[in-house]
Amino acid sequence: MAAPTVDRPTDAGPAAVRTLTLAKALNTGLRTAMENNPKVIVMGEDVGKLGGVFRITDGLQKDFGEQRVLDTPLAESGIIGTAVGLAIRGYRPVCEIQFDGFIFPGFDQIVSQVAKLHYRTSGRVKLPLVIRVPFGGGIGAVEHHSESPESYFAHTAGLKVVSCSNPSDAYWMIQQAIDCDDPVLFFEPKRRYYEKGEVDTASTTTPLFSSRVLREGTDATLVAYGPMVRTALEAASAAAEEGHSLSVIDLRSLSPLDLGPVYESVRRTGRLVVVTEAPSESSISGEIATRVQQECFYSLQAPVLRVTGFDTPYPPSKLEEEYLPDLDRVLHAVDRSLAF
Amino acid sequence: MSSPEQWTGSGPESAPAATAAPTAEQVIAGLRATDEGGADLVQLLTPEGERVRHPDFDIDITPEELRGLYRDMVLVRRVDREANALQRKGQLGLWVPLLGQEAAQIGAGRALKPQDQVFPSYREHGVAWCRDIPPVDLLSIFRGTDNCAWDPIKHKFHPYTIVIGNQVLNATGYAMGQRFDGKVGDPDGEATICFFGDGATSQGDVHEGFVWAAVYDAPVVFYCQNNQWAISEPTERQSRLPLYHRARGYGFPGIRVDGNDVLACLAVSRWALEECRNGNGPVLIEAFTYRMDAHTTSDDPSRYRLSEELEVWKLKDPIERVKVHLVKQQWADQDFFDSVEAESEQVAIELRDKCVNLPDPSAESIFGNVYAEGNPVLEAQRDEFLAYHAGFAGGEH
Ligand SMILES: Cc1ncc(C[n+]2csc(CCOP(=O)(O)OP(=O)(O)O)c2C)c(N)n1
Repeated sequence: MAAPTVDRPTDAGPAAVRTLTLAKALNTGLRTAMENNPKVIVMGEDVGKLGGVFRITDGLQKDFGEQRVLDTPLAESGIIGTAVGLAIRGYRPVCEIQFDGFIFPGFDQIVSQVAKLHYRTSGRVKLPLVIRVPFGGGIGAVEHHSESPESYFAHTAGLKVVSCSNPSDAYWMIQQAIDCDDPVLFFEPKRRYYEKGEVDTASTTTPLFSSRVLREGTDATLVAYGPMVRTALEAASAAAEEGHSLSVIDLRSLSPLDLGPVYESVRRTGRLVVVTEAPSESSISGEIATRVQQECFYSLQAPVLRVTGFDTPYPPSKLEEEYLPDLDRVLHAVDRSLAF
Repeated sequence: MSSPEQWTGSGPESAPAATAAPTAEQVIAGLRATDEGGADLVQLLTPEGERVRHPDFDIDITPEELRGLYRDMVLVRRVDREANALQRKGQLGLWVPLLGQEAAQIGAGRALKPQDQVFPSYREHGVAWCRDIPPVDLLSIFRGTDNCAWDPIKHKFHPYTIVIGNQVLNATGYAMGQRFDGKVGDPDGEATICFFGDGATSQGDVHEGFVWAAVYDAPVVFYCQNNQWAISEPTERQSRLPLYHRARGYGFPGIRVDGNDVLACLAVSRWALEECRNGNGPVLIEAFTYRMDAHTTSDDPSRYRLSEELEVWKLKDPIERVKVHLVKQQWADQDFFDSVEAESEQVAIELRDKCVNLPDPSAESIFGNVYAEGNPVLEAQRDEFLAYHAGFAGGEH
């Protein structure tokens, strides 16, 4: 996989830059995918008339009909299990799971069938299936609405796991995920849904399963994905005011991990801080730390540090500011790293 | 037929339990399991080999067709017994016996049209037979050389599903696709049939499959082989009412058929599949039958069921009743029975030979087909594995 450093659109196609929220970018990306391929169908609870609880599928049923935007009965195993059959039949289903904490009734179908059918059939059956999961906290929700379950899926062979962090990626990554012949778990940072950014709808230069360097620095490297990317960028800006130059890398792909740009950056900066909302134990952040110490042992000036959610259930929302990594916790970790 | 002692585990630890008195619960379960299946049971051929008429589900059958069904059942039983023996000889890690369920499976399997799609559980060797899957392909799963040796697209027979109930949703989704593709509504239309056991009906996925199928009018026949036991749990541990009654709660027909009567299974399956092809599906069929052998070769049914129960069900043997009928009708002579017997011996010899000669898969194949579009992290792991092995080339390892 080519390891792009900084994403600079190079093609000379017609400029079609629009300012969109991440939610609208996903909606537009879904619409484009449905227009381009009649086999793409969207299914989930409340995705039709309501447009999903976050309105990501807003207007799609009106324009594509009830057979391409399915308001399903309320059962996650049912949504995913029937999508498996539809995919075998030649459809490209995009399932919406309403909230992160509700993916578990569908977990069995995901790990037992979605992940393994291609392997089990020696490649004869493909499962081009996308499972969209609004994930993470910071929206003041009740229990089961703020979790980060991505590591369960990254741990399962046969699944690909990605997370977008900005409107441009949201627009492109959802279409790339739908195009992919492998099942993709698509984690959407729900607390960033209504943040705006520029989207060039004419072209992208970034392949789906690659990380991207967002900011180049010399003193330490920050790695994040999804909702924490913005936090990491803010931390880098704040650190710059204190005279520290930080690299920021958006992982984008959680399985497979594209760590080439991370290794490159760590070899230059000698320091790595991984920032995620997910608990740290047996997680993607742990995986990154392990691989970086294997690959960059002689370049490291400090142990790889992690700033993560705690190894607790997601707390009541009055406590989520304590739970979620913020600017200060990230900067504190950077200071510890620099102090080694 | 071999004796029950041969079918059950004979480890020293299982011997005392085999003679222990059954609990009241077991007795009740046994009695219920051996009743006649209730007044609604669809039957066209009695255990005594008498042809009986049914007002809704009668079919015409030619002597040749009935001989064909007989042959199918004898051959799949022989395949099943051979596979069981191969497991006992250490050639298979496990086998899941079909014994006693031949009629339920051949009846359904022969009702299928080429365009229909099958989602089996893990015991549907008879249906696989009807889908022209070489029996050795089934063995490769249990010998550990492949997860699914057949081409599920070509045969329209999905891989065996081990996780109880998962396939019911997958089948329903597939059938939804058949409807979305406009393949229902005329006799050339497509249908899906999905197999599962009585134990599976307790799983959420089966309930969800019923809900989805009803809501989306999916052309799917849910074919529950109620063989009375889910390993050691009797049907009474899964449901308070007959399983076919459940369909009503979802809004589609449920029919209980004598699962040891191949004619009835054929007739009811044909009707149900036609309903689906015509766009009137789904349908639930409960084939009321009995698992004559152990659940798998690792099971010991003497610990939980009564031998009396087995004796009663032996009298309902699906093959014997067809044989009696063929004889009574003078539709087959001794030459025919001898030739089927000889053919089954041939099938068994061939199967044994093919089984022991199944090639081991290459070590590299561990890494194959995990993804359709590759994964550089996994590819690096595979390369490292291959380099490690290459390091031993010519060495003593
Ligand atoms: C989800 C799940 N739980 C448990 C098992 C272990 N198991 C395998 S077969 C079986 C009993 C199934 O009974 P039933 O559905 O009646 O089918 P039968 O084997 O009798 O045809 C059990 C508990 C399994 N395979 N999957």
